[in-house]
Amino acid sequence: MDLTILWFWIIAFMFIGYFVLDGFDFGVGMSLPFLGRDDTDRRVLINTIGPVWDLNETWVIVAGASLFAAFPEWYATMFSGFYLPLLLILVALILRGVSFEYRHQRPESSWKKWFDGLIIVGSAVPAFLWGVAFANIVRGVKLNANHDYIGTLFDLLNPYALLGGITTLLLFFVHGVVFVSLKTEGDIRMRARKLATKAGIVTIVAAATFLAWTTLAYGTVASALLAALAAALLIASFLANLRGAERLAFALMAGTIGLVVLTLFASLFPDVMPASNDPANSLTIANASSSTYTLGVISWTALIGMPVILLYQGWTYWVFRKRIGRAHIDLAAH
Amino acid sequence: MNEWLDPLLLSRWQFGLTTMYHFIFVPLTIGMALTVAIFQTAWVRTDKAKYLQLTHFFGKIFLINVAMGVVTGIVQEFQFGMNWSDYSRFVGDVFGAPLAFEGIVAFFLEATFIGLWIFGWDKLPKKIHLGTIWMTVVGSIASAYFILAANAFMQNPIAYTINEEKGRAELTSIWELLTNPIALAAFPHTIFACFMVSAGLIISVAAWHLYRNQHLETMRPALKFGLWMMVIAGVLTTLAGDQLGLAMVDAQPMKMAAAEALYHTATGANASFSVFTLGTPDGVQELFSVRIPYLLSFLSTHTFDGTVEGINNLQAQYVTLYGPGDYTPTIWITYWAFRWMIGLGLAHMLVAVVGLWLTRGGRSPKRTWVWKVAILSFPMSLLAMSVGWVFTEMGRQPWLVFGLMRTADGVSPGVTGVEILISLIVFTLLYGILAVVEFKLILKAVQTGPDDAPVQDAESGAHQHAVTVY
Ligand code: HDD
Ligand code: HEM
Ligand code: HEM
Repeated sequence: MDLTILWFWIIAFMFIGYFVLDGFDFGVGMSLPFLGRDDTDRRVLINTIGPVWDLNETWVIVAGASLFAAFPEWYATMFSGFYLPLLLILVALILRGVSFEYRHQRPESSWKKWFDGLIIVGSAVPAFLWGVAFANIVRGVKLNANHDYIGTLFDLLNPYALLGGITTLLLFFVHGVVFVSLKTEGDIRMRARKLATKAGIVTIVAAATFLAWTTLAYGTVASALLAALAAALLIASFLANLRGAERLAFALMAGTIGLVVLTLFASLFPDVMPASNDPANSLTIANASSSTYTLGVISWTALIGMPVILLYQGWTYWVFRKRIGRAHIDLAAH
Repeated sequence: MNEWLDPLLLSRWQFGLTTMYHFIFVPLTIGMALTVAIFQTAWVRTDKAKYLQLTHFFGKIFLINVAMGVVTGIVQEFQFGMNWSDYSRFVGDVFGAPLAFEGIVAFFLEATFIGLWIFGWDKLPKKIHLGTIWMTVVGSIASAYFILAANAFMQNPIAYTINEEKGRAELTSIWELLTNPIALAAFPHTIFACFMVSAGLIISVAAWHLYRNQHLETMRPALKFGLWMMVIAGVLTTLAGDQLGLAMVDAQPMKMAAAEALYHTATGANASFSVFTLGTPDGVQELFSVRIPYLLSFLSTHTFDGTVEGINNLQAQYVTLYGPGDYTPTIWITYWAFRWMIGLGLAHMLVAVVGLWLTRGGRSPKRTWVWKVAILSFPMSLLAMSVGWVFTEMGRQPWLVFGLMRTADGVSPGVTGVEILISLIVFTLLYGILAVVEFKLILKAVQTGPDDAPVQDAESGAHQHAVTVY
């Protein structure tokens, strides 16, 4: 296969990794006000992702760096074009990251409330904005001949993109809540299941609308199939959660998110950033990519590196496979 | 347009500020990971409680710091595209590869194993748990290598051809890129400087407690460890810095001339190093200066009769080479940054040598000011580190990629001054607040000191630690 096309799909894979993994971190963060009745509950929630949120977040760094290396033009256009939304994402990720670490440093409840709030906002903002950003890429943005974004911030806030944002927000929320039901024990686990059911219905409606819109407006045969499969998995996950099959429900949610990302990438192909004003200005796989030599070099690195990475990350999840409950929270330490 | 809304100026301020900020935490991560790993190894080997206490104590400081290193790092990764999109287009084919390597090889390793280390105390066998902190060390050092290799391309572009049609630089040899002489010299220099910074932290912390006559059991060995680490890392940093100087003169003679504010080409004894100059260091007026003859010649060429090119000469050469323009960096910054780096570095190394002498054979100095000076070690090393980078990056100006692309040509054309002003203000405020919180938390952790008696399980001897940490 042509290396440029291979890298288009590797980039898709990296974003799938990021959204599937950090996606449930966002969901757990957003679930604090719903599932965290008291401080101990909230600590249970945060500790379900404690050992892994950092490695999950690293996926976006690697996705960004890979984008830079494989498609410099795409990286340059997307990151400078979405300047303010990305700034918001960065601020949110910063606040979320430090809050995990700072929240337990002092015993006062006012101190903790602050950081709980920041975790919630820091999770919801990226969960929403990543959807807005990717929907806009699929929809196409105004680009000049140098491939610089020439639209305004408000152009990015169109109905399709906003629906995309709501979809990712809800998908990640349910994904996180299902994760909580899988990783906790006792009362909180039961409440998580119920919440996943309630939120699941809204999510199915939003996601189905978004996928249908994507298919009708920007789709191909392949993307339509992927979209249909995504919707099917989402519904299957909902049913699995209803029946208390937590592991299955979680796996199906992960599959759903992966397929939604694939649907978007399949709709893009062979563009990477279509220009809505003039197709001649579009960024495509061909005109945005690096040289064959560079792609070869990073292909080898990814080929050797990724299996090892998946192995040790898998091992990490295995080490921390046990459920967490209120009994595990050391009340003496705060 | 309003001069204050110049996207170039604002982007430079933003990049400089955020990068300097990132590099407050990174050296601590790199250095502290190693020291914590060494303490933990000592504990696993000897089973002595004091080493476990030290592991936990410095581990806690390390972790408060790591969170900041990670979150500020993401900003770095995004900023090339956000603020320097034309630069990204021009160099992406070359520069992206080491960044991708860094992510795939180093960041994943670091981020995964640090989670295992923090939460794995009672889930992993002792030796495997020890392995996780060592993997973190490997990850942090590897990441430094790749990012420095990327930066080295900006200082000394090699291993590329220009693709005229696409208007960009393309990589010709990854091996050559990764063995850029600047990278090979900057890596040891930076890594050993990172070790100096963490040694500085240990000395400061231990001195603070010992001065108060508390936690003697743990802080005495910690102080000794810190002092030795400082001296060893200091010598190695100096040796590597010397090599880096040679490589730099090769790649960017203008930077050495700017470091010395040397306007006229000088040879032998005249190529003297001014320790200190009063007056205007623009070479026009010199009121008073302390000079060491031959030293500049030696630093630049390793011979005593070498010739060091002056700014005027180089400026003229560059005009013929690159067309009309000003190719001189801001001299007062490079001149003083170079001196402060070396001066502070040598000064706190001296503090460590004296410290080793004063504490020989278990002695403990009585005089207050001795301890006060020791406590200054940490800020001194951090400052030396930061000004070293100011020198490196400001000395490269007006180039973004030396000889290939000017800083002015790299900035994102599509981003407005207002947008960058917003982000600059947001980052300044956010980073400012976080700095205060971070500083207070570290201070509190430091002042609380190590737990006096870590709880150990009677049967297994394993350290009891909660399943949850947050
Ligand atoms: C504790 C920190 C520290 C100390 C004591 C020193 N340095 Fe340094 N120096 C750095 C920390 C640093 C740094 C911040 O890490 C830099 C910035 C870029 C780099 O690679 O290392 C640096 C850069 C840097 C450069 C610029 C390289 C370039 O721009 O290409 C030179 C020539 C030296 N150093 C030389 C020295 C010499 C001769 C020293 C001692 C006698 C010395 N440094 C002590
Ligand atoms: C961690 C240590 C570093 C510090 C403290 C640092 C500091 C700075 C400073 C102060 C500037 C502003 C210079 C100016 O505008 O006049 C700057 C610019 C810049 N640096 Fe660094 N730098 C570091 C490492 C790096 C590395 C590793 C890279 C690349 C991989 C890099 C890439 C850049 C770029 C792209 C600019 C913007 C263009 C410019 O203004 O020259 N820096 N840096
Ligand atoms: C401007 C250039 C730089 C960029 C783009 C950059 C990028 C990043 C990113 C994305 C992270 C977060 C990684 C994670 O989540 O684990 C990070 C952290 C880190 N960076 Fe930088 N960095 C820069 C400068 C430097 C330099 C000069 C060094 C070393 C000499 C360095 C060494 C590290 C290390 C060791 C970490 C881990 C920090 C920690 O975990 O506390 N970085 N950097």
